[in-house]
Amino acid sequence: MLSIRHLKTYFRTPRGIARAVDGVSLQMGPGEIMGVVGESGCGKSVMALSVLGLLASPPALFAGGEIRFKGRDLLTLAPEELRRLRGDQISMIFQEPMSALNPVFTVGNQLSEVFRVHRGLDRSAARQGAVEMLAKVGVPAPERRVGEYPYQLSGGMRQRVMIAMALACRPALLLADEPTTALDVSIQAQILELMLGLKEELGTAILLITHDLGVVAEITRRVAVMYTGKIMEEAATEELFDHPLHPYTRGLMASIPRADASFETDALNEIRGVVPSAVDLPPGCHFEPRCPEAVAACRTHPPELEELRPGHRVACWRANRG
Amino acid sequence: MVELLEVRRLVKHFPVRRGFLGRQTATVHAVDDVSFSLGENETLGLVGESGCGKSTTGFSILRLIEPTSGEVRFRGQNILALDKERMRGLRRHMQIVFQDPFGSLNPRLTVERIIEEPLLNYETIGGSGRRERVAEALELVGLLPEHMRRFPHEFSGGQRQRICVARALVLRPSLVVGDEPVSALDVSVRAQVLNLMVKLQRRLNLSYLFISHDLAVIRYVSHRVGVMYLGQIVELAEAKTLYARPLHPYTRALLSAVPVPDPRRGRTRILLKGDVPSPMNPPAGCRFHPRCPEMMPPCREHPPLMRIAAAGHIVRCHLYDGGEPWNPIPAACNGSAAQHSTAGGTL
Repeated sequence: MLSIRHLKTYFRTPRGIARAVDGVSLQMGPGEIMGVVGESGCGKSVMALSVLGLLASPPALFAGGEIRFKGRDLLTLAPEELRRLRGDQISMIFQEPMSALNPVFTVGNQLSEVFRVHRGLDRSAARQGAVEMLAKVGVPAPERRVGEYPYQLSGGMRQRVMIAMALACRPALLLADEPTTALDVSIQAQILELMLGLKEELGTAILLITHDLGVVAEITRRVAVMYTGKIMEEAATEELFDHPLHPYTRGLMASIPRADASFETDALNEIRGVVPSAVDLPPGCHFEPRCPEAVAACRTHPPELEELRPGHRVACWRANRG
Repeated sequence: MVELLEVRRLVKHFPVRRGFLGRQTATVHAVDDVSFSLGENETLGLVGESGCGKSTTGFSILRLIEPTSGEVRFRGQNILALDKERMRGLRRHMQIVFQDPFGSLNPRLTVERIIEEPLLNYETIGGSGRRERVAEALELVGLLPEHMRRFPHEFSGGQRQRICVARALVLRPSLVVGDEPVSALDVSVRAQVLNLMVKLQRRLNLSYLFISHDLAVIRYVSHRVGVMYLGQIVELAEAKTLYARPLHPYTRALLSAVPVPDPRRGRTRILLKGDVPSPMNPPAGCRFHPRCPEMMPPCREHPPLMRIAAAGHIVRCHLYDGGEPWNPIPAACNGSAAQHSTAGGTL
């Protein structure tokens, strides 16, 4: 359904070309939940924004690749056609629901706009649709809530409104960029549960972008690990957690305190150094300067993703040699 | 034995003023009856969701905000009774590291100026002596003496947080309050800073009050943990005990809701209904009762007491009404406790 191939999204900056997404390929089937995990600056959000055509160009620069959604290349689509797709077939929810909602319009106003634009409903029918969507995402007293402004809602409620808006047209694909990061643990659990339930009900495929391996383990089926604009490793979620092959993935997993780990008994792994700047990436493997297992080849030749176990792709010279 | 820090019945209410005359229309019960102690070389973790009062507690202890009532004893001395000058003198022993390493360093100052500022405030040593101390502090946190001449923007987030830690440690304090010190950092860098803090505690005999919303981080760094909800500690126990056998329904729900990086783990997640109520108008009775899966009739009306449910395990919940009430005031100090309101009416 969604197929990204060799996507390269660069940005022109005063300090040079920033390679935010640097040759990413991934496939998603209908109804699938796929995770993209990585630390800040790895390009995971830029990738999602590229899919939706939400990046202003310039400064963004599409240096190559294609994004096919149901067979059509989104990168070459006319702006008008893309607009028709956005919010209808593909939609997105963001990390900060407060800044993603318009503060001067009521929740009902913003929600019913989706129905009016994409379904051509009249005002009262659209409002009815808005109330039904709010009820579906578990907002209590939806008839009252449609008349309220975003500032009157709590963070969890705002994120529910965002989800209601994103799913109003039963999109085939939902891009969720850190949807629970700004929320408290107990609210995060509610929102994850809600997303899972709606996926079952509506058959929406979800591309979940997160830095949190816990969230990935909870709800995704497949996962891609990104670092400095590249996918380092991709596998079924259980496979990845059972057999992480890339030194970055392994380092990442060992640096989160496991349930019940204590400083008194367990050491926390550190990944030495810092993430390199996107305008000045190493010539070989991007992870080489921080990698505890790097060999000479890593410094000069960027590794390609190779399938080393069934459905498990890794970009690493060391892992390739077993 | 006198603990390093003893906090008793700490209360902080913020007035809410509205309108032209600025009349007080409501009160935010940010911290309402919080008691705990912290020993030498110990880490106490305070964990809770946003708005639970954990940061206000940390700030009140340093008197960065003035508590409404209660007692904060530092090495036996009630610091809330100290005048400004004596408080200033004591503050060098108590330092804080904030969440945002970008916002808490002055971008116009070099690292040397940032770290030497506490020395200028508290010590009378010359330039070369100061430079030595700054270099020593930088080395302590894993940075190099030559970093002194650089500015904050030249460092990554993790390195900036190291600079904040160096600034906190340059006066050789005994208590460091960490207010979400690793929450703004990426996973791989977070591990570096956590390891550093653990190492420094051992080396310098530090006591930490570690405030975070992250249950796994709190478990990792703490000896003991207090769970806060709507301005109160609802459960206080050794970290190991609290995570293995949580007693309060809120703690249980919270622990069950944390996403665990293990896709094979079967789980029964306790989903809490609704949102945290506003601290402006906390529910009567037990503050957790509107969301509690085990709510009983008395919970609606009677605020539960802090009770000893098991050795060293203190819970504020009617399920444990069989336990002895917990007296946070050790017998030896009872007489010296000055007049204080029993705010919140719970103790």
